[in-house]
Amino acid sequence: MNTTPDNVGGLTRRQFIAAVGAGTTALAVSGAPAWAGGLSTHLAAAATPTAVPAANGDGILVLVTLYGGNDGLNMVVPYADSAYLAGRAELAYQADQVLKLDDMFGLHPSLGGLRGLWDKGRLGIVRGVGYPNPSRSHFRSMDIWQTAAPDSFVPTGWLGRWLDATGPDPLRMVNIGSSLPRAMGATKGSGAALNPGKIGLPGGTAIETVFSELNRSGAGAELGPLATRITTSGSDLLRVNRSFGPLLAAQTAAAGGSSNLEGGAVAAGAGEANSGLRRDLDEVAVLIKAGVPTRVFGVSLGGFDTHAAERDQHARLMGVLDGALTSFINAMEATPNGQKVTVMVYSEFGRRVAANASNGTDHGTAAPVLVLGPQVKGGFHGDPPSLTDLDQGDLKFSVDFRSVYSAVLSSVLGIDPAAVLTKVLAPVALF
Amino acid sequence: MSQLAHLHRRAGFGARNDELQALTPLGYAAVVEQLLDQTKPDAGVTAIVAPTLVPEYPEAVTLEERKVRQQQNRAERDAITGWWLDRMTLTQSPLREKLTWFWHGHFATSIEKVHPAKLMFDQNVTMRTLGAGSFETLTQSLAKDGAMMMWLDSNSNNKGKPNENFARELMELFTIGIGSYTDVDVREAARAFTGWKFSRTAGFSVKPNQADTGVKNLLGTTATTGEQVITLLCHQPALARFISAKMWSQFAWPVKPDDPIVNDLAPGFAADLDITKLARAVFMHPQFLSVQAKQGLVKQPVEYVVGTLRALGLQPSYLDRARVEGALTALNQEPFAPPSVGGWPQNGYWISTATSLARLRFAQGIAAMATLDWLIGVPANGRADALAQRLGLDGWTAATASALTKASNPKNQLTVALVSPEYVLN
Repeated sequence: MNTTPDNVGGLTRRQFIAAVGAGTTALAVSGAPAWAGGLSTHLAAAATPTAVPAANGDGILVLVTLYGGNDGLNMVVPYADSAYLAGRAELAYQADQVLKLDDMFGLHPSLGGLRGLWDKGRLGIVRGVGYPNPSRSHFRSMDIWQTAAPDSFVPTGWLGRWLDATGPDPLRMVNIGSSLPRAMGATKGSGAALNPGKIGLPGGTAIETVFSELNRSGAGAELGPLATRITTSGSDLLRVNRSFGPLLAAQTAAAGGSSNLEGGAVAAGAGEANSGLRRDLDEVAVLIKAGVPTRVFGVSLGGFDTHAAERDQHARLMGVLDGALTSFINAMEATPNGQKVTVMVYSEFGRRVAANASNGTDHGTAAPVLVLGPQVKGGFHGDPPSLTDLDQGDLKFSVDFRSVYSAVLSSVLGIDPAAVLTKVLAPVALF
Repeated sequence: MSQLAHLHRRAGFGARNDELQALTPLGYAAVVEQLLDQTKPDAGVTAIVAPTLVPEYPEAVTLEERKVRQQQNRAERDAITGWWLDRMTLTQSPLREKLTWFWHGHFATSIEKVHPAKLMFDQNVTMRTLGAGSFETLTQSLAKDGAMMMWLDSNSNNKGKPNENFARELMELFTIGIGSYTDVDVREAARAFTGWKFSRTAGFSVKPNQADTGVKNLLGTTATTGEQVITLLCHQPALARFISAKMWSQFAWPVKPDDPIVNDLAPGFAADLDITKLARAVFMHPQFLSVQAKQGLVKQPVEYVVGTLRALGLQPSYLDRARVEGALTALNQEPFAPPSVGGWPQNGYWISTATSLARLRFAQGIAAMATLDWLIGVPANGRADALAQRLGLDGWTAATASALTKASNPKNQLTVALVSPEYVLN
């Protein structure tokens, strides 16, 4: 941690400590990560889950971003609504196909694992989530969700502002993948990005020493702000590598892979890219089990822009999502640290009610947000949007996405939403 | 010489100091013209053989057939990727390849959805052939391009229930930009492209029974055919600003269409939509040589990898494929596979702990295999200068100079230079 200001973002120092969490505080005091020492101890402890604590703001958020505009109506299916059946024709799922949740709604047939979590009260579904004057551009709408600013262009993301407000340390916010999403855009520091299976500096201590010198504090400043970001990222890499490297190398070795791949081994074919979500969440699970101080993890799944021949592709993606989430939640249930985990799944928009002529759907608006974990109040939240009272063929939102963020910020991350959101809305009662 | 180095990094893939010294007597403006001149055959790439690609495979039905097909697709993808990287590395007309790269990111189409690779290859050839001419000609051609039509579902855009995918991205990303049209304009434009079909055997055609031949009301006027919609878009005032901003962003620093610098570019471009003239206006703009421009871009991974191979005299297809394409995968930029129809973001997208590590791995691997006589033969106190000259850089900051001094051998010194902020910037 670089700084511990007395009053950040309107928080008192006491709230700040609570928000940052004991792990990081210990780290700042001792300079050595207590959690990195005894991997075997943590693994042994993993077998005994404890009672589920209430959400009290010391949780861990795992944000799952679905890129391309997930068809919410075919994920949480209003199977009894004649307008759905009429508008979707061949693309509709019938009452006997969905995994029924109640008399009106059922899950996509490929979401069997999530259906099990629903029965256990671990899955909350917020219906009709959107924002005013919806953009049907992937990019603008994703920006809106990730910056939490529907009416203006802001350079920072909602989770980046959380990082800025609570202590910019790359160990506290981690994205699995090469780049950081807009949601994690911060100004005082940066989250870390991890490529799964690739951790560990090549070249040993000789390179580590000179790399450290190259990226020493202030290096590159005379070349402008981008150069400073490059060297900051270099020094962050050293910190992340020292802290997470041994944990992830042990996992990679246990999985039978090499932690020293030169990169090309992971092909980017559609199939592998999708099984990537499971691999990414496995990596997150290893870190959480070991008790790292990370409070926010980001993972993503792409391929949801289903304008044509949607049925097969969407079913495949639902299957990938279901498998990855179920496996992750089950792994978290079995470990003490996992009791603090909340998963939130969203996309930039849903799709239009009516299918197009190519058995696909065009860009829409409101859609469900899934929130999963032991602390979540399972069941439906928010009113389902009407399928007949439409705005240009699209659903009118019933829940502003910022009220979902409010709930997550206060109950999971323990921060006053006003420190992060320019417009604070009453939280959805998810916790 | 530092101006020429900057020009060649942006308009090309970088140049060594000895190459730049040979250009110095010509003067900056003449070197710009040399880069813009696309009439001369590119002697650098004549020896590069275009890959043999199958236009269309029979449908794979059984699991075994599908497995084989996947392998074929992968092999062809690797082949066209290697072919293009070779061209970028060996070209003597670097701006031609750079513009092709620019249009690939602008009209971003991905092989993740488009098979077989032949379609992506053909699109690439179109972008190279038309990429320095009229923007309208390029756009009209790409609207009927097989890869584009498969990518944005044009084939399934039919009368009655139009598929809006192509029409929306055409307006938002390819021509006039968000804020310059309404959702109604998108729906009307989509009607104009109904009935457009592409088949791998017969090419482009319009199916009359699927085409909506009615008048479409959009952007305050009317149009009937898809071609007319594109012409209409190309003559919107927003288009010249949008494309000028995009090109300035690629070559100088990222700007939005309402940035004042666009005032200097858009009127000239609006006159005839000549891409070469627009590129000249960018390179000859006084601000192109400003500190803001010089510090304004991070090398994209393809620029980083190709630039490094050029500087060290290596050719991608002669290297272990995992080393080059694997580095690009880890750096998150694979040719022919942009992350979405929006292409690749800039700058901050390429700075993370993951990309820092990927650059370090690539740099170390390359340093271990490159011939370093030019460095080893230099006395220890001259190596920092030798590295700067080789990489076409003005010199080193104090931190980098210190790290170079601490590096124990030439391989590690080259590694440090390749991951220094000076070099990671473009």
